[in-house]
Amino acid sequence: MTARGQTPSQTVGPFFHDGLVREGENVLSRPDAEGRIRIEGVVLDGDRNPIEDALIEIWQANGHGRYRHPSDVRDVPLVDGFTGFGRTPTDPATGGYWFETVKPGPVPDAEGEMQAPHISVIVSARGMLKHSFTRIYFADDDAIASDPVLATVPEARRSTLLATPAAGGSVRTYRFDIRFGGSDETVFFDV
Amino acid sequence: MHESYLPRDDDHPPFLYADYRSTVKRSPEMSPVAIVQTLSEVTGPGPAVSELTTEDADLTTNAGTGGEAIGERIIVTGRVIDENEEPVPDTIIEVWQANSAGRYIHQRDDHPAPLDPNFIGVGITKTGPDGEYRFTSIRPGAYPWKNHPNAWRPPHIHFSLMGPALATRLITQMYFPGDPLHALDPIFNSVPAPARERLVAEYDHDVTIENWALGYRWDIVLRGKSATPFEEVAP
Ligand SMILES: [Fe+2]
Repeated sequence: MTARGQTPSQTVGPFFHDGLVREGENVLSRPDAEGRIRIEGVVLDGDRNPIEDALIEIWQANGHGRYRHPSDVRDVPLVDGFTGFGRTPTDPATGGYWFETVKPGPVPDAEGEMQAPHISVIVSARGMLKHSFTRIYFADDDAIASDPVLATVPEARRSTLLATPAAGGSVRTYRFDIRFGGSDETVFFDV
Repeated sequence: MHESYLPRDDDHPPFLYADYRSTVKRSPEMSPVAIVQTLSEVTGPGPAVSELTTEDADLTTNAGTGGEAIGERIIVTGRVIDENEEPVPDTIIEVWQANSAGRYIHQRDDHPAPLDPNFIGVGITKTGPDGEYRFTSIRPGAYPWKNHPNAWRPPHIHFSLMGPALATRLITQMYFPGDPLHALDPIFNSVPAPARERLVAEYDHDVTIENWALGYRWDIVLRGKSATPFEEVAP
């Protein structure tokens, strides 16, 4: 037992946009940043209808693999102007979302073993009494074969965590859909 | 020792709570996969975002019209602490709420109640060194929703907190004391009974300011660290 019980979560509801969404928060990196990527996808419900009022938040290390956070004390450089945080609502018609960022560098796990490059994702929406956590990995990165967190995921479900190369413009583009329910449900983590 | 955060406890609502109909198609069906927290989970956007944030904590005047919001003026204050009772300083709190008639400025809110041109219903602040925070606003109205016949949300203020880590993210709602709508609201009642009162602010006459505003106190408790650091033991 701890001294105080946690404040329970409640749904973000349908009207969070004015309170939480600020222009441009889905673009994390400067246009001239090295290793720039675009991640795009849709959020889908149990009937595979779009979740058109979700809030997607991402948190990631910079291209060198450093988090802008006091608990990351490793001797890896920070990048000016790069916080590693992004936020976007899904599209009110399609449930789509996109971020422009850089591919994160690798960071270690609790044992010091290197993890494959990944981006942490938080999904909130009306109809979700608490948020869900997932991770975006990169299907074309060989490091996924030895990632210690992916290794704990049943093999048949690992592909739901992989962003796949997609056709795009001048920026390297990946597709990452987030599905609730069904046999191809996205893996969510108990963080 | 590697630091980590205590789990989200059982006092949170379940994902699937059929009385709140929208949860049925929007819940994960499979159990979440347990993760041993890594640097990715014990870090988080809170500190970086906090540095960039400008406070805007008076919702009665922040529409920028020069006019004041209509409604019963309130002060909401309290502390953000973790479950070990450690203060959570310098963390941002984002709030949003309906106006005094129960209407959001959001374009999808079709409740036929008046908008208030002097109220946008959003604010942002940061906690002080002891985790303390404070907003000025107006008491939001109740509003109808389509979950079930004659459904009304009790007056509430939405709160979003980052806390120090990815693991401490919290989105919740604060309610007002003594409201008969609580018993009828499936979102409020999705929380296990013993923990519901944690969502209800207390009227605090010491916070109330004479001839100005009514005071409410509400503490917010985030997940705490599980690792007890080694301490030097005296020989
Ligand atoms: Fe609301």
